[in-house]
Amino acid sequence: MTAQANATRRAPFLGAYTITVFAFLYLPIVVLILFSFNKDGVGGFPPKHFTLDWYRQLFRDASIWDSFLNSLLVAVAAVVLALTLGLLAALALDRADFPGKSVFRRLVLLPLILPGIITGLSLLMFAVFSGLQLSLVSVFLGHGTALLSVATTELFAGLQKMDRAQEEASLDLGATPWQTFWRITLPNLKLSLIAAGLLIFTLSMDEIAVTFFLIGRDNTLPLEIWARLRRGITPEINAISTLIFFVSVILILIWYRIRTRSIGKEVHELLERP
Amino acid sequence: MYSRAYKTIISLPPLLWVGIFLLLPYALMLAHSFWTVRDGFIVHDWTLQNYAKLFQKPIYSQVLFRSMRIAAGVTLLSLLLGYPVAYFMSFHAGIRKDLLYQLVIVPLWVSYLVRGYAWKTILGSEGVLNGFLQYLHITHEPVSFFLYSPFAVVLMLTHIYTPFVFLPLYASLEHIPRNLIEASHDLGATPRATFLRVILPLSLPGLLAGATFAFVLTLGDFLAPQLVGGPSSIMIANIVQSLFGTAYDWPLGAAISVLILVLTISLLFLAERFEKRWSFR
Repeated sequence: MTAQANATRRAPFLGAYTITVFAFLYLPIVVLILFSFNKDGVGGFPPKHFTLDWYRQLFRDASIWDSFLNSLLVAVAAVVLALTLGLLAALALDRADFPGKSVFRRLVLLPLILPGIITGLSLLMFAVFSGLQLSLVSVFLGHGTALLSVATTELFAGLQKMDRAQEEASLDLGATPWQTFWRITLPNLKLSLIAAGLLIFTLSMDEIAVTFFLIGRDNTLPLEIWARLRRGITPEINAISTLIFFVSVILILIWYRIRTRSIGKEVHELLERP
Repeated sequence: MYSRAYKTIISLPPLLWVGIFLLLPYALMLAHSFWTVRDGFIVHDWTLQNYAKLFQKPIYSQVLFRSMRIAAGVTLLSLLLGYPVAYFMSFHAGIRKDLLYQLVIVPLWVSYLVRGYAWKTILGSEGVLNGFLQYLHITHEPVSFFLYSPFAVVLMLTHIYTPFVFLPLYASLEHIPRNLIEASHDLGATPRATFLRVILPLSLPGLLAGATFAFVLTLGDFLAPQLVGGPSSIMIANIVQSLFGTAYDWPLGAAISVLILVLTISLLFLAERFEKRWSFR
């Protein structure tokens, strides 16, 4: 049997099983979306009386808007911080040797695999220890630090796919490392930076476990939703969840496209080890 | 090729940042776990009593074991859902591979809260599932046991972590050299024997990595029990959360966190050891 035949051999049972798993993954979200248009609220079957009222209510909801703007602020700042430090960390892991490098590599990645509560609480203790007030600033520090893991892995992967000869030529021809960085390294990593930035933005906008412990008086969007959930479910939350879902899907698909263009179709692992 | 100054400039800022905002906070957590609370204040008396309390009071070990059972359940179910899908995609999906791959990574990165909330609306006593069952006349009264049970927590977290399990599994299946599988067929092994003796062992690193993700992230989850779990499915992270909140015993909470941290790091270490030994890369 050739590899080609093997790759496309039919497997009806496995195929059906795969469809079932995808249904399990997507059905809850479909239901959530459907009921955001249901006049009678969440629950009851089948949904009837189509309405956009919940969306109208949502757009008039000042505290949702405020929390959305807070999230946006935190996310943009976290993207800048994580990309800057992540780029340096990726470069350092790629081309510098220093004592404790392997510990550093593992440490940077830890927040990605560690439950959010650990990262959140340890940063809470740090805030108390250093006299930092809990506010959107502490949330931003938490997001930036936790998502540094994502930035570092993504940019390191981009760096591995880069054409080294250009950098070498630039240095050989007398450009300073600084010039080489701005004219060769950075432009070559542009796509990777955009892709990583999109992913970090999405993750920061959605973050809840770390934020939970670092939040001050101003809520982020996920925490505002969380606070409302404790009071019960309303179709307005379905409406905002629907919007979050679609925006996230779009951002993630763009991220995936750009990522594929910059580092190829190779499947990625969550913890690609730099 | 790169000068010393260049290397210092690229490595120093991330090293400092990680030292101050990751290492120091973890060290503070470790330190807290040896401190104690007296009259509502944290006193820096070094003691092991927090760890002793964890073993003496049955409530902590009970909840820890419940959390581990739930985490094991989620891990097992995620593997049962994820492995066949990864296998199908790697060996049978043909040109649809890329599309299906995107269909998995979308739920991987899409909001935890949105997906958790979806389950809350489905499982509630006035939720969609109950409405559906009554619509079909299977039940006549709302059934309340869907929501607020460990079952609901396992279901929701399986939904969330299946893509996390899938990803490393799929990557390890994709990395298996295809000529090994051909060789196995050519040498007369049945498809079943090829799977059990070639594919499965070679996918073990991915399987372990995925299982570690699901287990560790479930073990430290405190949101799902509040969202869909109810009192009967309080998990260890909920106890930590209350110790840092209303119960105000940071040192004890820190001790439990350190326990979770140590467990996580040992599992990661084991998975990495296995990956080194088994992987082809």
